[in-house]
Amino acid sequence: MVRALKAFQGLEPIRWRVGPPVHDVRALAILAFAGTTTMFEALQERLTGVFDRLTKRGVLKESDVAEALREVRVALLEADVALPVVRDFVAQVQTKAVGADVLRSVTPGQMVIKVVHDHLVETLGRAAEPINLRAVPPVPLLVVGLQGSGKTTTAAKIAKRLQDKEHKKVLLASLDVYRPAAQQQLKVLGEQAGVATLPIVDGQMPVDISRRAIQAAKLQGADVVILDTAGRLHIDEAMMTEVVAVRDAVRPTEILLVADSLTGQDAVNVAKAFKERVGITGIALTRVDGDARGGAALSMRAVTGCPIKLMGSGEKLDALEDFHPSRVASRILGMGDVVSLVEKAAETIEKDEAEKLEQKLLSGQFDIEDLAKQFRQMRKMGGMQGLMAMLPGVGKVKKQMAEANLDDKLLARQEAIIYAMTKKERRNVNILNASRRRRIAAGAGVQIQDVNRLLKQYRQMSDMMRKVGKLTKGGKISPQALRSLIPPQGFPR
Amino acid sequence: MAESERRTGWLGRLRQGLARTAAALGTGLGGVFVRRRLDRAALEELEEILIRADLGVATAAAVTERLAATRFDREVTEQEIRQALADEVAAVLGPVAVPLVIDTARRPHVVLVTGVNGTGKTTTIGKMASRFRREGRTVSIAAGDTFRAAAIEQLKVWAERSGAKFFSRAQGSDAAGLAFDALTKARADGDDVLLIDTAGRLQNKAGLMEELRKIVRVLRKVDATAPHTVLLVLDATTGQNVLNQVELFRDVCEVSGLIMTKLDGTAKGGVLVAVAAKFGLPIHAIGVGESIDDLQPFDATAFGKALVGQV
Ligand SMILES: Nc1nc2c(ncn2[C@@H]2O[C@H](COP(=O)(O)OP(=O)(O)OP(=O)(O)O)[C@@H](O)[C@H]2O)c(=O)[nH]1
Ligand SMILES: Nc1nc2c(ncn2[C@@H]2O[C@H](COP(=O)(O)OP(=O)(O)OP(=O)(O)O)[C@@H](O)[C@H]2O)c(=O)[nH]1
Ligand SMILES: [Mg+2]
Ligand SMILES: [Mg+2]
Repeated sequence: MVRALKAFQGLEPIRWRVGPPVHDVRALAILAFAGTTTMFEALQERLTGVFDRLTKRGVLKESDVAEALREVRVALLEADVALPVVRDFVAQVQTKAVGADVLRSVTPGQMVIKVVHDHLVETLGRAAEPINLRAVPPVPLLVVGLQGSGKTTTAAKIAKRLQDKEHKKVLLASLDVYRPAAQQQLKVLGEQAGVATLPIVDGQMPVDISRRAIQAAKLQGADVVILDTAGRLHIDEAMMTEVVAVRDAVRPTEILLVADSLTGQDAVNVAKAFKERVGITGIALTRVDGDARGGAALSMRAVTGCPIKLMGSGEKLDALEDFHPSRVASRILGMGDVVSLVEKAAETIEKDEAEKLEQKLLSGQFDIEDLAKQFRQMRKMGGMQGLMAMLPGVGKVKKQMAEANLDDKLLARQEAIIYAMTKKERRNVNILNASRRRRIAAGAGVQIQDVNRLLKQYRQMSDMMRKVGKLTKGGKISPQALRSLIPPQGFPR
Repeated sequence: MAESERRTGWLGRLRQGLARTAAALGTGLGGVFVRRRLDRAALEELEEILIRADLGVATAAAVTERLAATRFDREVTEQEIRQALADEVAAVLGPVAVPLVIDTARRPHVVLVTGVNGTGKTTTIGKMASRFRREGRTVSIAAGDTFRAAAIEQLKVWAERSGAKFFSRAQGSDAAGLAFDALTKARADGDDVLLIDTAGRLQNKAGLMEELRKIVRVLRKVDATAPHTVLLVLDATTGQNVLNQVELFRDVCEVSGLIMTKLDGTAKGGVLVAVAAKFGLPIHAIGVGESIDDLQPFDATAFGKALVGQV
């Protein structure tokens, strides 16, 4: 496998150079798939082209940097960072990078990536800033943003977190008197979170509701009142005036702009307008569980100077996280969280075992018991979803995996099938006739087709491993050769 | 603000929004292009205007290259270049500007409405139902979002506003089962159109996408030709991720057409140019506000003009 890994270091466009190798058949399959994706090229790959010619160490020269930064610009734009922000950012990086020492252990390309990454993290804000609750209770918190950005859900998530983790008494109130069933939505979410909501009074307008909410919170002895508002366009004068009136009525300690991390170039217009008109104090990014590169985070942070305080990572009420600048930066640059994947892999996989496996893999003696071990290790590493989330540029792969039904349930089911076999059967799957298969299926609580599918998959994998072994005899493997290993429709279902 | 006030306000808001963007783009173009040679620098600035409209780097470059092919190094006026740019965009989008046609031979014509969270699926169903009702059709709406809090109540309000029949189950019920029953009922009633709402889902969530596949499969048990239209609702504020959305939803549930909402804001939705070039899926309509009449047929020429700030 070490040899095989060397092989895919030569594989474009995914590069895999950081840290120890990942000893996993599936990882190899994933990488091979990734090699066939046509998604956006990550910055790392873009830069390798630029720096292939540059082998010299020393300081980064202006001409090298300028060329690299053209690629950085494109990478940022593809990640939806707004153009004016990209311009400023690139100019700042330029001054930082020119003359920087190239560390001995890295290539000039990696050095530029490091400068870009570090500057990105710095711009995004070094650490997560907590929600400001420093005021006399009940502390008012106002949530604003465009239509459908996730305000109501985020309001409920914050309430739940403050109540469960910080033991605050919270009151939720909806000022959305426009969208059908908006107030009802917050009420239901409040019930799910176990947080009190202000009773709905039909016909009452937002400013009056906000005053009533503060009153009610005082009476109930609540620590925090979270005010959810209707979605509004930043160019809608009447609606912007309304939210300003609410602000002036309750004087919130925190005004959070809730914004979708999938947002494109418009992010700057929206963030700027909400900052200027309403005076937002922080940003909550939603839908970071999507597969967007999320450049809007940088755009909004840069034009408002406001900290990104929270990230929404799912529809459920516990899917709220603190902001992780480094993770967001890696994602914007399209690098995935390669570092943490590698660390995690190293932690989880017992080294000796992995090396033994590698031998078996390459000699083609990989038996089905070894496959079961692989499944177990995969699950220890956080399962398919966990692994996939950490890999760069895998949108398409994920889809293929989904189509091939390579999910966690399947992993568990496949393990069960293997454990339902006798030792003898595991050593030599060729003896598995129909009646043995029936017995195994019954033992594992699955259909006989599931057993057949597993066997087919196992055969295909050990075939592939044998081929990898052969192809890598010379040490290197061409991307075409590796791609040729992948069955055209992906792995069997 | 009452619903009626909001309603009269949208056209004004749209005009205002477009004018504002036009002004921003216009000064950009004017500053650059009044009697100016179309050289590399000018083309680059032009390309940046397109990037700011969310066309994406590659598409923006392709569109500018086409302009360069015929006009490079020529003296051009602002008006000419603006028109040419709008024409290029319209030329790509023209073939996909296809209205949504209801097949009267189907009773009902089944429309499945899909998309990422919060893009405007439920609201768009309300707007479409109202249009179909005005055309004199009988319409049923099925509350297929059984997951999100108060999604059913929200859709029910839209059914009442538009005068459509409403079919729902308790929150948490199986969406596919609900779709099956709704179609069976609409069929028995001989309705003209059945609009099925679905829960918002991110395209990278395999499990949720599988659910969508199941809804389609189950509908076909009642009517092998259903769903007759599968709409993907896109949000104009979304950036390049729209490309992933279209690709994955298309693969999972055979999307037959697109609707883009929230074009009444300052987002230009330029990613549609890339989508049209890459997938060629019909674009049926656009959403330009939150009220019942804020749905317009997609017009490639108007879209091209708005994109370059030529109102
Ligand atoms: N996947 C995912 N979905 C989210 C997240 N936050 C919110 N949503 C979903 O996005 C949709 C819109 O969320 P809402 O909270 O209703 O948004 P809103 O901003 O209150 O919408 P309006 O009040 O209509 O302007 C719902 O389907 C939510 O479940 C998130 O972090 N991840
Ligand atoms: N400005 C504007 N707002 C819109 C438009 N279409 C929908 N909205 C608003 O966007 C928000 C979300 O709309 P919904 O119809 O609830 O979106 P959805 O896709 O059904 O959302 P989920 O079911 O939560 O995934 C609401 O506040 C709508 O009023 C539009 O064309 N323009
Ligand atoms: Mg809301
Ligand atoms: Mg909905």
